[in-house]
Amino acid sequence: MLKRCLSAVFVFFFFVSTAKAQLVIEITSGADQLLPIAVVPFGYDGVEALPEDIAQIVQDDLARSGLFQPIPRSNMLSMPSKEEDVFYRDWRLLKSDYVVIGSVKKLPNNKYRIGFELLNVLSQKPVQKHSSIDVGVNNFRDAAHYISDKIYELLTGSRGAFSTRILYVTAEGDRKSPLFRLQVADADGHRPQVVVESKEPILSPSWSSDGRKIAYVMFRNRRPNIFIQELASGKRQQIAQFRGLNGAPAWSPDGKKLAIVLSKDNNPEIYTLDIATQKLERMTNHYAIDTEPSWEPDGKGIVFTSDRGGNPQIYRLDVNSKQVERVTFEGDLNTRARMTPDGRYLVTVQKNDGNYHIALQDMKTGRVQILTETYLDESPSIAPNGSMVIYATTYKGKGILAVVSVDGLVKYRLPSADGDVREPSWSPYFK
Amino acid sequence: MSVNKLGKFAVIGLSAAWLAGCSTTATDTDSSTVAEDATSTEQVEDSAAADSTDQSFGAGEDGAVTSVIVDDSAEATEEPMVDPLAGVDTVFYFDFDKSIVRPAAREALAKHAEFLVANPDARIVLEGHADERGTREYNMALGERRAKAVSRYLTIQGVAASQIETVSFGEEVPVAFGHDADAWQLNRRVEVRYE
Repeated sequence: MLKRCLSAVFVFFFFVSTAKAQLVIEITSGADQLLPIAVVPFGYDGVEALPEDIAQIVQDDLARSGLFQPIPRSNMLSMPSKEEDVFYRDWRLLKSDYVVIGSVKKLPNNKYRIGFELLNVLSQKPVQKHSSIDVGVNNFRDAAHYISDKIYELLTGSRGAFSTRILYVTAEGDRKSPLFRLQVADADGHRPQVVVESKEPILSPSWSSDGRKIAYVMFRNRRPNIFIQELASGKRQQIAQFRGLNGAPAWSPDGKKLAIVLSKDNNPEIYTLDIATQKLERMTNHYAIDTEPSWEPDGKGIVFTSDRGGNPQIYRLDVNSKQVERVTFEGDLNTRARMTPDGRYLVTVQKNDGNYHIALQDMKTGRVQILTETYLDESPSIAPNGSMVIYATTYKGKGILAVVSVDGLVKYRLPSADGDVREPSWSPYFK
Repeated sequence: MSVNKLGKFAVIGLSAAWLAGCSTTATDTDSSTVAEDATSTEQVEDSAAADSTDQSFGAGEDGAVTSVIVDDSAEATEEPMVDPLAGVDTVFYFDFDKSIVRPAAREALAKHAEFLVANPDARIVLEGHADERGTREYNMALGERRAKAVSRYLTIQGVAASQIETVSFGEEVPVAFGHDADAWQLNRRVEVRYE
């Protein structure tokens, strides 16, 4: 027991050091028409210092979406925290269309009440009624992202994805003693936590549709295995360790099955595994490489990569009939497809003239747009509101994560202080 | 919105989660695997599983995550007392997106084949690798295709298929860390490892 506690203490320090190595946002380009908005520092009547600057987090969230132009604090003529203290002409002068105000109040039960309000400067009226949420001291960031989601939804009409998280793999150390960590962090790169750590490679993390479990590939004893792990408890289960490839797990939208890749029958084929019954069903049958399955949002089809036509391209598999049809035709090759939640767009890694970029194909019109101009782009993963694609790229000789909006206008990087970062996977909404 | 409606914010702090890690027993939570299909008798045993020391720390709701630290004890790689294949190449290189065994590899592979035929109890693992370009799971498949190409070359020379296992590392274990043609060439390889 004591030993266990000592181990836990060790992990405590380990977490502290990891927390410093969080991802930092660097916005590289934004949309053409930005909505000016002022997020005023939240009022607070207490004496103890607050753990986080909520207004700053909200402002950063909104800026990162690429749709808003926050008014710098240094330009603000006043810093009201109640609507009756707002002089709308001050904000008109600053050409701010909207103002967010709020306040923090300490409650007797060790919680904090965070109130906020979104005001329309032109109509001089609140956009919605004053709202408040109560949080513990460790959940100020959650509260801030919640407020960002609300503001985003009120002003754009679509759901915000600031309260979501990302999974990614970091690789550190040299050839002799490599260290791989599967980590989970907030969508803004803050609060990273280690999900699993190993001296052997980890890849292909994938979320279950409720965001509670993940699947991933981890080598053990120099062979790839597929694991399922519950995030909160750390309970994990090895679900495939066949001879050959065990790869590319992808959770079905109903959470019941995993699409996986096995080569136990000689070459890589797509299978589905029913998690409850452990029934394995072979879905493809071709001597070519079939890999990188991803479910369509309605679960009726699986898109996957195959080189059956000579070069790797994306194909669609009908889950019921097992009929296969080709989906991508542009570019020298297309791999690792992911579909937007509305089923409208297909995101792939496309190679043209030796360059690997993230491409977006409109499934209705067939039109293809290259979204990125970074180097060696791979592993695209789409935010649950369909607005952004996170992907891995190489920047200054290091693996980093980057984000691009599906319209290609907004771009930012999430560099890490040390090590290579790769294999991002954007969470679903948490239920 | 009503007060306290957001139950999801009622979260255990991280330090609380670590303390919980003290009070709950950290265990190796690996459960059993899917049953291997009956026809395959060549399933690799997870020999490390017995002495693996998976540990879980922490517990929690919501944001809190429990870390699993996997520390499989080092495999006992027994070196043969006298290496009859000393000086023979064990790494074989490939062209971009190709899995064709180069003519330059033939001489060394013939020596491996000769040894394996003469020693039917000897087992090898052919570990296929790809360069960093392209996607990771596709590169896993490509690495396997290269390992299988070498496997075919050996079986044609009389090596029993049961002596050979093919495994792919994709682009996960490079030997050269650069991002140029020289590094990529060194990483597109199959390594022969005697078990």
